[in-house]
Amino acid sequence: MSGHTQHHIVPLRHYIGVFVALIVLTAATYLTALIDMGPLNTPVAMAIAIVKALLVILIFMHVKYSNRLIQTMVIASALWLMIMFGFAGGDYLTRGWISG
Amino acid sequence: MSSHAATIRPGPERSDKPSYLTDGHTLKSWLLTVDHKRIAILYLAAITVFFSVGGLLALLIRAELFTPKGDLFDSDTYNKLFTLHGIVMIFFFLIPSIPATLGNFLIPIMIGAKDVAFPKINLLSWYVYMTGGSMAVLVIVLGGVDTGWTLYPPFSSTYSNTNVALTAMAAFVTGFSSILTGLNFMVTIHKMRAPGMTWFRLPLFIWAHYATSLVMLLGTPVIAITVLTMAIERVFHVGIFDPTAGGDPVLFQHMFWFYSHPAVYIMILPGMGVISEVIACFTRKRIFGYAFVAMSSLGIAIIGFIVWGHHMYVTGQSTYADIVFSILTYIVAVPSAIKTFNWTATMYKGSVSMDTPMVYAMCFMGLFLIGGLTGLFCANLGLDVHIHDTYFIVAHFHYVMVGSAMFAYLAGLHFWFPKITGRMYSEGPAKFGAIIIFIGFNLTFFPQFILGYLGMPRRYHFYPEEWQVLNVLSSAGAMTLGAGILLSMLNIGWAIVAGAKASANPWMAKGLEWENASSPPITANFDEAPIVTEEAYNYPAQLPSAAHH
Ligand SMILES: [Cu+2]
Repeated sequence: MSGHTQHHIVPLRHYIGVFVALIVLTAATYLTALIDMGPLNTPVAMAIAIVKALLVILIFMHVKYSNRLIQTMVIASALWLMIMFGFAGGDYLTRGWISG
Repeated sequence: MSSHAATIRPGPERSDKPSYLTDGHTLKSWLLTVDHKRIAILYLAAITVFFSVGGLLALLIRAELFTPKGDLFDSDTYNKLFTLHGIVMIFFFLIPSIPATLGNFLIPIMIGAKDVAFPKINLLSWYVYMTGGSMAVLVIVLGGVDTGWTLYPPFSSTYSNTNVALTAMAAFVTGFSSILTGLNFMVTIHKMRAPGMTWFRLPLFIWAHYATSLVMLLGTPVIAITVLTMAIERVFHVGIFDPTAGGDPVLFQHMFWFYSHPAVYIMILPGMGVISEVIACFTRKRIFGYAFVAMSSLGIAIIGFIVWGHHMYVTGQSTYADIVFSILTYIVAVPSAIKTFNWTATMYKGSVSMDTPMVYAMCFMGLFLIGGLTGLFCANLGLDVHIHDTYFIVAHFHYVMVGSAMFAYLAGLHFWFPKITGRMYSEGPAKFGAIIIFIGFNLTFFPQFILGYLGMPRRYHFYPEEWQVLNVLSSAGAMTLGAGILLSMLNIGWAIVAGAKASANPWMAKGLEWENASSPPITANFDEAPIVTEEAYNYPAQLPSAAHH
């Protein structure tokens, strides 16, 4: 038990910072969508989306300041999501491997 | 053996405090209760209504199939009948059946707690369930839905002219009651165990519900977002699953089965917990290989999440994915087999008494064996191409979901009936009902294995004449099954009003709910907070069979 049970007070400017960052990143998503980067189109959009999700989860949802149990839960949930994406993606990526 | 000092306590005398049933008589005291036992009763009432609706729909389906021609209903009506039967039975009966009733009632008592961790959220889950249920009833009133319970696009999202969006929202809303229940159980089991109730002293019913809660928490959000996305595509014509709009229908099936295969374990794991309790009590023995049975619940919950592609062998899923999902599906059979072997080993040289709950448990073991083993047929890549979407599949999943989950539910209802109501049912009619249900069930579904093997597809209301004999057998079985369930419900209903008073521990069973709580329990469950000093199922080594009633 790490005794981190009391609420961590996050200064208001952090929230405002997250908000501004999200707006900027949304604009970035829009602007990069206007440029054709070939095979990089999806990875770039995904990278921006992941940064936004991390900002929300870590700072806005206080996971950064929470105890180990909460952090473990968040990581476990993410891994579970990866199972879904991984096995479903495994189907799409291997459609050409063995002709069915 | 540590059982030389084991004793079975007869349970407390009737407490001078009011029981949970008499602690408040107004409608408000029920509808605004936060007592987990009263919430269990609210769920029981609602679930019984949905079970009856789903059962009547099944009887209508089987009535149509008495003859090869579609003479009772037209195709559209028949499509709606099997769709509604599936949706009502799966989302509103099987998934909540054991957890929301027996689980709600028993988990706090079995671990020595006063209530669940979040009593108000527990009540909220019932209201959410009733909201989703009302939406489902509205779907029926508005003329039904015809997509099959699987709601596959693009038919559901683009072409069907029935109430698909409302059905999707009903499933979406009901999912949250499942999430809230799973969350409540998980926190309760972690945080509220009585002193001395270590993890490996927990009854296996608790382990089973812990594993179920895991599946509810990790899986249900996915089905919620899946059906919501489908509804969004239908209403706003966004191309997500519909190929003509740039979507991918196979993606829907991936997401749908990511939940809906584990959902089978939401139905079956709590039942396995019930069976462990019943077998321990009526063989007077500790469950053989306790730790293996406990861990196999977790194994089923986790491996069960990575087998979903076995529903998609014929969809154009890659052959490589087919192979992986097939192998994993064979592997998930292992923890189920561990349980079955351990239950059988428990009975070996046990002092077995065939009371009604034990009769149901024996039926469960036989039906689960058939259901589980025919699942291996379906997991086979080659054979599945032949039996996919035939009555073989229908028979297989009814053996698992009805033959196992429903029989376990009935086993549990009879086993804990004296604890819940403080009364005893009549043993004769109860046992007779169990046998009628068993005969009716097998007569209904065994011929369907043969029909499916012969190639009869599911979801058609007419068929070639040479299949009539098997279909008539199946329909006659359904009527028998219905009669057996009606008989059992009447017997239970009669016992609620006029049954003989039950003692605190009528089966002389081990467990806090029998040894430390009165029948029916008081609102706070225990007069004194229990302290646990022994393993689960610590039955004395040599005890003659159960002392009765
Ligand atoms: Cu499955």
